[in-house]
Amino acid sequence: MGVNVTDSDKTQEEEQQDLPKVVLFRPPPAFSLIGEESFASNKFHFLKTYDSQLPLDQFLSTHSHSIKAILSSGGAPVNADILQLLPEVGVVVTTSAGLNQIDIPECRRRGIKIANSGNVYSADVADLAVGLLIDVLRKVSAGDRYVRQGLWAAKGNYPLGSKLSGKRAGIVGLGNIGYEVAKRLEAFGCFVSYNSRKKKPYVSYPFYHDVCELAANCDALIICCGLSDETRHMINKQVLSALGKEGVIVNIGRGAIIDEKEMVRCLMQGEIAGAGLDVFENEPNVPQEFFAMDNVVLSPHRAVFTPESLKDLSQLVVGNLEAFLSNKPLLTEYVDSE
Amino acid sequence: MESIGVLMTCPPPDPYLVEQLEKRFTLFKFHSIPDKAHFLNSNKASIRAVVGNASAGADAQLIHQLPNLEIVSSFSVGLDKIDLAKCRERGIRVTNTPDVLTDDVADLAIGLMLAVLRRLCQSDRYVRSGQWKRGDFKLTTKFTGKSVGIIGLGRIGLAIAKRAEAFSCPISYHTRTEKSDVKYKYYPSVVELAANCQILVVACALTEETRHIINREVINALGPKGVLINIGRGPHVDEPELVSALVEGRLGGAGLDVFQDEPNVPEELFGLENVVLLPHVGSGTMETRKEMADLVVGNLEAHFLNKPLLTPVL
Repeated sequence: MGVNVTDSDKTQEEEQQDLPKVVLFRPPPAFSLIGEESFASNKFHFLKTYDSQLPLDQFLSTHSHSIKAILSSGGAPVNADILQLLPEVGVVVTTSAGLNQIDIPECRRRGIKIANSGNVYSADVADLAVGLLIDVLRKVSAGDRYVRQGLWAAKGNYPLGSKLSGKRAGIVGLGNIGYEVAKRLEAFGCFVSYNSRKKKPYVSYPFYHDVCELAANCDALIICCGLSDETRHMINKQVLSALGKEGVIVNIGRGAIIDEKEMVRCLMQGEIAGAGLDVFENEPNVPQEFFAMDNVVLSPHRAVFTPESLKDLSQLVVGNLEAFLSNKPLLTEYVDSE
Repeated sequence: MESIGVLMTCPPPDPYLVEQLEKRFTLFKFHSIPDKAHFLNSNKASIRAVVGNASAGADAQLIHQLPNLEIVSSFSVGLDKIDLAKCRERGIRVTNTPDVLTDDVADLAIGLMLAVLRRLCQSDRYVRSGQWKRGDFKLTTKFTGKSVGIIGLGRIGLAIAKRAEAFSCPISYHTRTEKSDVKYKYYPSVVELAANCQILVVACALTEETRHIINREVINALGPKGVLINIGRGPHVDEPELVSALVEGRLGGAGLDVFQDEPNVPEELFGLENVVLLPHVGSGTMETRKEMADLVVGNLEAHFLNKPLLTPVL
C-alpha cells in the first residue's frame, strides 16, 4: 500500500521520454477514424507538432535529438526545410497512399528510408474505381436521385445507360492499385490496356507509351497513378479530346493529375461523356458546374476509408516503425521503380 | 407481314423496338387504348402476336380473348407475366431475351453492392450539398472479401459469381437442387444461405415457389450487418417486411432495382442512407435494349416465316 501513484506516473513518463520519438505535423485522419490506440507501441512515442504552441522550427530544434522517424499523412510537406531540422530521422512512414507530399530525392540524399502503405489500400481504392465507373456508365447515383425525388412514378422510365461489359478500359499507372482495377474489370468482360512510365515485363495487357494514344484507344480512362512533376496535368485538353464524346474518365489518384478546368469545360460541352471523381485539385472545393450534371459522380476523397483498411494500415505503420527502430528491414519500403 | 396484328401489352419500353415492329407489322399499343374491351372485340381476329415485358405480358384472361394468338415474344428474360400453362394448352409459342442482358444485370448487381457498401450515392449527395466543406465523410465498409450468397445460379447468377470472385468474395448459393459442376458452397435453404453470407443476391426467376422467397425469417438471418441485393423481381421480396427491417436496423442495407408495385417505391426508404434505389434499369443500356429488341423482332419474323425460333421457351 506504500506505492506513491505520482512517483510511478513519473516513472512511466520518464520511460516514455526515453523512447525514440516519431514526429507528426498533422493528425492523420486514421487517428480520429479508428482511434490513436490502434497505432500505439511500447517501442516509440508520438510527438505532435500540432499540439504545441511553439513555432514549428523551434519545436523541432528542441526535440531533434530524439526524433528518429516521421509519420507523414497527406497535406503536410516533408521537404528539405523540415529535414534539415531533423538530422536524426532515418525513416518517413506514411499513412497516406500517396507520396507526393514527400521530397523523395531529398530523402534519398540524406539516406532517409521511406515506408509507404504497401498494399493495405489497394483493394479499397480499386473497388471504388470500379464502383465509380459502374455508377457513371449505369447512372446509379443519378437513378437513385430520380427515384427518391418521386420522378419514376411522375415522369416514367429513366434514360438508358451504357454497357460496361465489353468496354475498353485504359488504366493510367499500373502499380498495385492499377493492377487490382485491371483484374476486377477483366471479370466484367472489359478489355484492359495501360500506360505507365515503363512497360511492365510480365503483363499481357497492351501497353501504350503515350497516354494520349491510350485515351484514343479506350472507352474509359482510369487514373491510378501517383502525382509527380511528370503527371501533373498529364490529363489535358489533348488527352480528353482523344478520349472523345463517348469516353468517360475515373480519377482515384490525385486531383492535379487532371487539368480540372479543362475537364469541366469538356463535360459542359459534351466533349466527353462523363466522369467519376474521388479527388479534386482544390479539395474540399469542387467545381460548382458539376452539381448540375447527372453524368458526373462525386466522391469526397474516401477511397481508402474503410475500418478494415485503416486497421490494416495501423498494424503496418506500427510494424514499419518498430522494424526500423530495431534495425530490421522495413515491411513496405518504397523503392523508386525507375 | 404488315397485316399481322401485334399487340404490345406493356407501356412501350423502347422507341427502337416500337419502330422495328411498326416497320413489319400492324402494332397496337394496348397501354394507351382507353376502351380496351371494345378494342379487343373489334380487333381480336387480326392479333396473332403479343409483345410484353417485365411489367405486362399475357395472362390467362388476355389469351382467352385472343383466338388467333400464335406467339408471345417477351422483351425480358423473366416470364412471370406470361401464363405459360395457358400458352402450352393453346399451343402458343413463347420467346424471351436470354443471354443478351446477362452482363448488364450482373454488372448492375455488383454496382449496387459497391454503391451500398461504399455509400456512393450518399457521398455523392454529400459533395453536391456542400457538406464536404464542413467536414470529412464517414467510414464506409470494405467490399473486397465479403461473402456473397446467390439465390439462383442460372446465367445471371453465374455471371454475378464470376465478377464477385474478382473481388476475392467467397461465393455460396442456393438453388432447388445442388449443382454438381459448380465449385461454390451450396446451402439447401435460403435461410441457411442468408445466415452464412454478408451480401445476399436474388437472381432467380419469379415463380409461385419463389414469391416472397425473401421473408422475415430470411431477413433476420441476414441481419443488421447484412445487405440484400434484388435484381430479380419485386415480388421475390415481402416488401413491407423489408421496409420495416431497414427502418428498424434489423437489416444492414439494401440495393434494389425492382419493387412490388413499380414505379411506386415505399417512401419510408427515401430517407435511408443504407439503401440504393433504382428504377428497374437492370438491362437498361442502349447496347442491350437494341439487342433485346432485335431478338423480339427476330423471333416474330422467324415464326411468321416458318423458320426456327431464335430463343424459344415454348
